[in-house]
Formats: sequence, C-alpha cells, structure tokens
Amino acid sequence: MPLLDRAGPRDDAWHRVTAATLAGVPHPIVAWAELPAALTAATPGQPIGVDLPNNVAWPELALLLRRLALVSVRFPSFSDGRGFSLARRIRDHGFTGTLRAHGPIIADQFAHALACGFDEVELPDDLAARQPPAQWLAALERVSDAYPRGYAGPQSILDRRRNALGGTP
Amino acid sequence: MYRYDEFDDRFVRQRVAQFRTQVARRLDGSLTEDEFKPLRLQNGVYLQLHAYMLRIAIPYGTLSSRQLRQLALIGDRFDRGYGHFTTRQNLQFNWPTLRDVPEILDLLADVEMHCIQTSGNCIRNVTADHFAGVARDEIEDPRPTAELIRQWSTNHPEFSFLPRKFKIAVTGAEHDRAAIKTHDIGLRLLRDPASGEIGYEVMVGGGLGRTPMIARVIRNFLPRRDLLAYLEAVMRVYNLEGRRDNKYKARVKILVHEIGAEEFSRRVEDEFARLDGPSVAADTAELDRIASYFAPPVYEDLPDDSLALDTARAADPAFDRFAAVNTTPHRAPGYVGVTVSLKPVGGAPGDATSDQMRAVADLADRYSFGEIRVSHHQNLILPHVRKDDLHALWQALAAQDLATANVGLVTDIICCPGLDYCALATARSIPIAQAIAERFAASGREAEIGELNIKISGCINACGHHHVGHIGILGLEKSGAESYQLTLGGDATLNAAVGERLGPGLAAEDVPEAVERIVGVYLGERRAGESFIEAVRRLGLSPFKAAFQEVADAVA
Amino acid sequence: MSVPRRPPLPVILIANDLLDGDVVFAAAQGWSRDHRDALVAHSDAAADALEAAGRAALLAQRVVDPYLVDVTEAPDGEPVPRHYRERLRTLGPSNRLDLGKQAETQRP
Repeated sequence: MPLLDRAGPRDDAWHRVTAATLAGVPHPIVAWAELPAALTAATPGQPIGVDLPNNVAWPELALLLRRLALVSVRFPSFSDGRGFSLARRIRDHGFTGTLRAHGPIIADQFAHALACGFDEVELPDDLAARQPPAQWLAALERVSDAYPRGYAGPQSILDRRRNALGGTP
Repeated sequence: MYRYDEFDDRFVRQRVAQFRTQVARRLDGSLTEDEFKPLRLQNGVYLQLHAYMLRIAIPYGTLSSRQLRQLALIGDRFDRGYGHFTTRQNLQFNWPTLRDVPEILDLLADVEMHCIQTSGNCIRNVTADHFAGVARDEIEDPRPTAELIRQWSTNHPEFSFLPRKFKIAVTGAEHDRAAIKTHDIGLRLLRDPASGEIGYEVMVGGGLGRTPMIARVIRNFLPRRDLLAYLEAVMRVYNLEGRRDNKYKARVKILVHEIGAEEFSRRVEDEFARLDGPSVAADTAELDRIASYFAPPVYEDLPDDSLALDTARAADPAFDRFAAVNTTPHRAPGYVGVTVSLKPVGGAPGDATSDQMRAVADLADRYSFGEIRVSHHQNLILPHVRKDDLHALWQALAAQDLATANVGLVTDIICCPGLDYCALATARSIPIAQAIAERFAASGREAEIGELNIKISGCINACGHHHVGHIGILGLEKSGAESYQLTLGGDATLNAAVGERLGPGLAAEDVPEAVERIVGVYLGERRAGESFIEAVRRLGLSPFKAAFQEVADAVA
Repeated sequence: MSVPRRPPLPVILIANDLLDGDVVFAAAQGWSRDHRDALVAHSDAAADALEAAGRAALLAQRVVDPYLVDVTEAPDGEPVPRHYRERLRTLGPSNRLDLGKQAETQRP
C-alpha cells in the first residue's frame, strides 16, 4: 500500500508480521493485541512498530509508547477523526518516533494529519490511484494557514500575528 | 465589529481556491460523492429537496451594511432574490448551483464573509446574544469571545471530523438570549465573586433534535486565559469518546448523558491538566486586539427621554404599538435596539427579499452606525437607534413591509423551512406558521395575549427549536399524511425546559384551532400581569391538555 | 437518502443534477427536469434498468442521490409520485408557487 510523507511518495521500510515471525525482520509492525509478546520476543535494538485501532485504551498505550519506534493509527474511514486526537495525545506524551496514519483518508486531510503529528500516510491502493501523490502535495500547498497554536507544521496564524505586531513569541 | 487582517483575508481566499479544486476533483472522479460530501458541507453546500442550498455564516449574528448589501446582490444574481435567516443566526439561499458556488464564495470573501463550517461534523457558527454590546443587563460583550472561538475552530486540524456537529453559544448578560443551555457547549461570562475577574461558566451537553437535553455545568468558573485550552480538552474527549456507531447517538449530549456530567467533567479536567495550556492559549495582546473591534460606537450625549418619540407615539397608535413591542432598552441613554420583524402575517418566517435587505442596510447606515444583527429568532435588529429617529425609521420600514409590530408575540413564530425546502423534513412547517399567524392577527388579540413563543419544526431534527417553544409544533408523517404534535411549556432561557406533549398528532388544518383553544385556557385562567409561560408553570399541563383533547376528539 | 427496499411498482427514477442541483428524472433519452418525461417501470426488470442508469450516471459524475419513487399514472400518462414528499419534488415550495418546477415550462 502506497506510503506518502510531506516530501512525496516513499518506500516503506516496515513490514507487518506477527510476534511469532518478527525475528530477523529489520522493521516489524505487529498488531496491538500482539505487542506485549512482540516486545518480549524483540532482540535488543530491534525497532518495533504497532498497528493501533483508533479506539485504543490510552492508559495502556501510554505505558508502552517509549518502547516503540513506529505507531501506525488505523483510520477506518476518512470521516472518523479519532486518529487525529490520538496522534496529538501520542505526541504530547513525548513520543518522538514515526507516526503513521493508515487508512482511506483523503488528500484534503493531509494538512490536518501532519499538524496533529503524523509523519506519513499509508493509503489503500484504490484511493491512491484516484488521488495520486501530486494531489496530496498540491492539497498541502493550497491551505497553508491554520489558526490554532500548538500544532505541528507552519506557524499558526495566532503566532504569526503576534510576531507581525512585534510581540514576543 | 471585527475586521479581517491580512491573515484572515488570505485564509478565506485560500479556502475558496481549495473549494474550487475540490469541485473540479469531484467532477473528474478523484473524489467520490461520499468523500466530497463532507467537504462541500464544510463549505455550507447542502443538497435539498429542489436544489442545492448555501448556508452563509454570520458570525454571532453581526453584520455590516456593506455585508448585507452583498448578500442582497448574491440573492439577485445567483438565487431568486430572497434569503432565509436561520435559528443559528446564519443566512440560507435556496437555489444556488454548485457550479456558481465558488464565485459566490469569492463575492463573500470580498466582504469578509464565508460559508465555512456552517454544516458538517465540525464546530459550527458560534452564536451569541443578538443584543450584545447594547443590552442593559450585560456584564461583558460576548462577541470577542465568540470571535476568538470562531478563529480557533476554523479548519481546526484535530476537530474537523467529529462524531457529529458541534454548536457553541456565548452569553454575557444576566438574561440568556442565546439559548446556551441547548448547545453542545454553552459559555456564560461572569465575574468571580471573590476576585472580581471575568471568566466563564462552562456547560456541556445541551441539544435539541431526537433526544432534547439541557446542558450540564462542568466548570463553575474558568479564567479567561484558559478558554482555548479548556475547549481543546472538551473537544478532544468528545472526538475520542463520542459514539460513532449511530448517527442519532453521536452528539456530545449523549456521551454526557451516558457517562454522567461528573465523569465527563473529570475526563475534561484530566485532559486539561495534561495538555500544555500556555502553548495553545491566545495571549492578552490578541484578546485585546479582538476586543478593540467591539468598542461601542460614539453615541451622542442624549437625555434618556425623547420628546419627539413621546409625541409621535401619542399621535399614532400603530407607531405606539411598534415602539412598545419592537424596541429593547439600550445601555446608552436616548437609544434603543430595534427589532425588524421578518414575520409578516402570512409570510415565510425569517425570509427577506434582496430589496428588503438593501433597505435595511440603508437604514442601518442612516440610523444604526451601519450595523445589523441577526437573532436566532429569525429577525433582524438595528442595535443603536436614537429614540428621536424611531418614528422616521418606522415609516421607512413600513414602506418595505418590515414594520410588523409583533416581536415576541404569538405571530412572531420561529419556523424552519420544513418540507417545502428541506430534504430532511417529514412535514411542511411554513404553511402551519402562516395559518396560525393569520388566525391570531385576524382576531386582533395579539397584544392582549402578550409574550408567547411558538416554535415549529418540520422534523425531529428540531431546527425550529420546537422543544423550547412555549408552544412547540413538530411536523411528522402519520398514515401517509402530514401530522403535527403539539408540546407545551418549553423554555429557551436560563429556565431551560423541554416542552411536554399534549396529545396525538393533528392534521394541518386543525392546528390553528388547537393553538387557539390553548391560548383560550390561558386568557381565562391567568392572573394579572402573568405571562403565558408563567401561567403554564403555575397551572400545569392538565387544563391545556383537556382543551387540546377537545379538539383532537372533535376531529378524530 | 437511500431507500432500504424497493418501493411498489410502477416506479420512476429521481435524482439531482450534480452541477446544478436540479431535480431530474431518468427519461427515455438521458435525464429530464420534467417528471412528465420520466420513464415509468412496470416490471422489476425495468426498475432494475432504471437503477442501473442511476448508478451509471452517479459514477459518471452526472447526478447524485438517484432512487426509485413509486407513482400512480394519470389518464394522460403523467406519473404522479404517491408520497407527498416526492410530489413536492416535482412541484416546488407550496408557499411560493412562483418558484420551482411548478412555475416553469408550461406544456399543452
């Protein structure tokens, strides 16, 4: 499934495996239910990624985040925006690994995803065919401004306004 | 009123360009209809019974004359020469084409207007007291707060794909004219008794529709500087935990109801404590900048009494009635707020022609510092009129059929467009309003009856706010025909209450008679000076139910 | 608004034009804004064909929200929707007879 970040399409170094088959896989992603087993089975220094449903129990996830190199958040549909809040919480918690949005989100949501802390988006083939990378990058260009402070990406309007008026940032 | 700076202007222009390409990508198949639908909804474009409908945002109901003229022009050029003012202080056009919408959005951007988030599962137009800045009982003008929230919530990266729509209202006075208790978030500006500082009482979980609920207070006092961080906390809890399995159970009111207000409050406070407040707060300079736009106009130094007004009232009973009914006391001596009723007897409630809009714009320039308000009662307001000018204003309004003296009376009916326009409706609502208004106007008893708020919805979604009408009317379908349920005792103020059903549904032609009988009970039983809603509270439902049942039995 | 099960025959197919928003009806040649031109299906097979035409036009970005509507046929063949909501869609707002289809093309 095609992978995209703010620079464009990229190859996917990660592979979805089970906890039982992650030995020797340089960048394994396992399902959330398998994560404890995977962390036990992992060799020292082996980066581990997890596939999360977007209704994961936060306290459980918070305990395991520091041991993860990649978190992939499932979007069951583009209209289900839970993943945006989950990403925000994950970043607020101090996670500095790779954050991936996985599912049928649309190009018009790319800016939202990046602002909430996602690094990349993994799309279903049919959607990627209808909305090729050029549309995603163009969508990012088209609305470059956002009001709320505290999100990733271009400086918020509230902060730019403050700077323009000569206030301290 | 607020004026866009370079950032606001560029934002709306980018948004229009974005929508243009979204339409193009819809046409070339890049976007499916399912994907395009939320995008067009978040630009105010609905698909209705006969045509598309465009809902234009009028932030907290405040308009300049220049903006109102532009709306009139759009109505003439792209629609059928009229628009409909809604129960959320917005304006709807009923006949635009999708191909014309980008051009309409350009014209709106030219006057600092837009259609952003007037629909969709996102934060909608923030509404406020339509007498903001002028009411005598005001503690603080709610509009700077509303404007701050408007900006913060616009195209918010985290909260644009919520479980369902989200409506916020702000009031800054002792009497709540913004119906905050029926909103997803209601904010009431108040002064902390101990410190004297201004902050907010925060309530969550109000809403009408299928399951009407009154909002619950989750925070008694929120300091002003914490507003955006606290809102972020509420929205995050809702976004993560609101139900997404059932469209009719997806509003925040359901979540508050299911886990309880205390638990909801606890989760919000947890999130609020966890997030980095200062990193998301607007600084004092920004709050001051926004507030400066809402400084009052330079009023003349006038005595509170106007000889010209008193003389004119004594000379003309019709004008006297208008002055008594359609004006509101103003904090500046010698001034009043004037409500321009868009409820002419027999008309469609809330509709105004482009000619009428231009007339009101001109009158606003002449008599009201160029400012107009839209109330959620679907009327327009000229907020700063000298008492000395009231008679001349009234004459000019009368020439445009805009001088109906019925504000708050039985013919000042709140009414959604209903099945005559709306694809969601189950029955027509406008003809019911027309029939009731005609019946009561003909009887000449409006003044005698006094304040009586009738609210009519053409379906369970309750855009006509029927649940909080003193008399509420809900249009449904029964046995293949339109059928109307009446409720009694609803209240949209801080005494918020949901009306109770009086009995079985009636056919359209029987509704005016039923309403007349209900009013008859009131007139027969009331005490001196007692309003309709006060009498209903005192008497309870039984006498009214009995009168209603007489009608239901007679036509069964 | 999609209908969960097929309405009783005879039926016509109604939709909205994507770009204009006008109510349109599947007709013998393409789509018409006048319900009197609507193709009336008297059999399940004919109704299937109408729905297929709707789906095709939806995929071709021509119409949105196509669905079948049950009708009675007047003596002159005019298909009149049986439900009051769908009848309103062939007419226009009942409080503004000067607007909508009811105010448009007069036919002999």
